[in-house]
Amino acid sequence: MATEIDINRGGPARAGVGPRGEKLASADGLDLDALAGLDALDIPTTERRPLATRAWSATWPKIGALALFLLLWQVVVWTGWKPTYVLPGPWSALREFGSRLGTGHFWDALVRTVVRALKGYALAVVIGGVIGIAVARFPILRTAVGSFITSLQTMPSIVWFPLAILLFKLSEAAILFVVILGAAPSIANGVIYGVDYVPPLLVRVGRSMGARGFSLYRYVVAPAALPSVLAGLKQGWAFAWRSLMAGELLVIVPGHPSIGADLQNSRELIDAVGVMASMITIFLIGVVVDAVFNVADRQMRVRRGLVAEGNSAVRAARGRGKGRGSEGGGDWPRDDDSGGGSSGEPTGGPYLESRVGVTTSAE
Amino acid sequence: MTAVLSDTALHIDGVSRFFGTGAARVQALDNVSLDVRSGEFLCLLGASGCGKSTLLGLIAGLDAPTTGTVDTTGRRTGMMFQDSALLPWLTAGGNVEVPMRLRGIRRPERRARVDELLAMVRLAGMADRRPHELSGGMRQRVSLARAFAQEADILCMDEPFGALDAMTRDLLHDELERIWRQTGVTVIFVTHDVREAVRLGDRIVLLSSRPGRVAEVFDVDIDRPRRIDSTRVAELATRVTTRLREEVGRHGH
Ligand SMILES: Nc1ncnc2c1ncn2[C@@H]1O[C@H](COP(=O)(O)OP(=O)(O)OP(=O)(O)O)[C@@H](O)[C@H]1O
Ligand SMILES: [Mg+2]
Repeated sequence: MATEIDINRGGPARAGVGPRGEKLASADGLDLDALAGLDALDIPTTERRPLATRAWSATWPKIGALALFLLLWQVVVWTGWKPTYVLPGPWSALREFGSRLGTGHFWDALVRTVVRALKGYALAVVIGGVIGIAVARFPILRTAVGSFITSLQTMPSIVWFPLAILLFKLSEAAILFVVILGAAPSIANGVIYGVDYVPPLLVRVGRSMGARGFSLYRYVVAPAALPSVLAGLKQGWAFAWRSLMAGELLVIVPGHPSIGADLQNSRELIDAVGVMASMITIFLIGVVVDAVFNVADRQMRVRRGLVAEGNSAVRAARGRGKGRGSEGGGDWPRDDDSGGGSSGEPTGGPYLESRVGVTTSAE
Repeated sequence: MTAVLSDTALHIDGVSRFFGTGAARVQALDNVSLDVRSGEFLCLLGASGCGKSTLLGLIAGLDAPTTGTVDTTGRRTGMMFQDSALLPWLTAGGNVEVPMRLRGIRRPERRARVDELLAMVRLAGMADRRPHELSGGMRQRVSLARAFAQEADILCMDEPFGALDAMTRDLLHDELERIWRQTGVTVIFVTHDVREAVRLGDRIVLLSSRPGRVAEVFDVDIDRPRRIDSTRVAELATRVTTRLREEVGRHGH
């Protein structure tokens, strides 16, 4: 098989086989083999590195950045710009944060805050999703409320609180109300833009296959809109989280400890270390949620070929292509009787190397 | 106009298509009339931009003519697009499956059919690959398999083999011809390649450019199976090419 492949890629001519493009003289079976061989050459390779390596290379820059930030913070403290009872050093803040982890109160507050966030966000997803679909579907609705959604989105959520407190008093409902108002417009806009930017060609493809109305949405529009919807969901979360924090600072429900209430409490007691510890908690939750969204986003992009190729191409261009299982040499006009098993030093660069590597493994 | 025969699959009558309005208005097709017999293999040939894709879109019901009528006589149309136009979020197998899902075919039957169709275009075992993991030619073959999965009565194919090397294309010509004879599907096949048109077509319709009109219709009286490098194919191809040159020449580019 390797014989035909190399010849068809421009190697020396052999009995019964012409240069690329000429028909093979033999029976059908051979043609098909040759075609399969050409296909093997055509398949792009994807690089797989061990999980530990990938995890480490994703983690160390973050650790480095964090260390740098803590160092800067410490330096500012050392300069004595502010007294330490208003600006404590990172070490005492982290120690306070660590000691809080052991208290029941901390977990009570954390769980309440997270539950509020999830509840508000889930409702916002439902409401924003329905509004988004309706606006994308019916032109009259778009004319009527399309631009209002964007102006709602740009409104700082904190301005809703006076109204929320009048409507719902200092209650969970007031917080929920503002969280939903904060997040839903972004989610709706994600859906609307997603539908707007579906490539017309794909819609034609769907219609040519007989998809109409709902089935067109199910098979073409919805999956094509997914990237934008996901971006809207992510932005919606950011708004929900901000609104919630603002809400917890303003709307303190007696007997309901929360991260925001703790933060406000620490400020009132001029407990700077406590303020910092609460901020660390808020920051960490943000980091965790961001990681979740990134995983979802990355998976989607990898599936659609929007990520892996670019990365590996960049790496290959830098001459770092590795781990492709290449065994044979990379120069084309090589005598190939050995079937690609000879251990020549690859001379064709990463591109050829990968092509030959695939041929070898396909045999 | 010729009388509509009972076995006419497609009846195109006085079709014109304009795009845009005002000064930017362009006429893609001008008064195109064409009858296609049921089970016929018709090749549409013409220079780039002469309106071939536009005509296919009208036949497939993706677009409406500005004037005139397109009558598919109650037959179902399928389409294979100029770019492979696979759905990027689905695997190769998933793409082939979509038209069957749309027709409500049950899963086990679908799966078997997907394997069958992918084997037919020489992509057995590639069902789980994503479109971006395939080469351009392989994507076109997936698209071909998907077109067959539509089980249309009239199959519109827009330069389906444009991105293939000559050897693969030869194989797929044979395959397409075999399936066409087996199923009796009516094929409207758009191509730039004169030899390909002669190799495959019962008739070749030559379109002129700007706007697209039917310039000439050639009957291909060469026995099947034909070979693309046979002398009779070459002879007719030369005649058609000469005529095509005239058409392109008339427009000064
Ligand atoms: N949606 C559109 N809006 C405006 N003009 C269009 C549109 N679609 C096609 N045209 C014009 O109509 C003419 C015919 O286009 P068409 O795509 O049918 O050509 P074609 O024969 O398929 O060309 P090719 O062989 O290059 O694919 C072109 O001049 C093109 O610019
Ligand atoms: Mg075209």
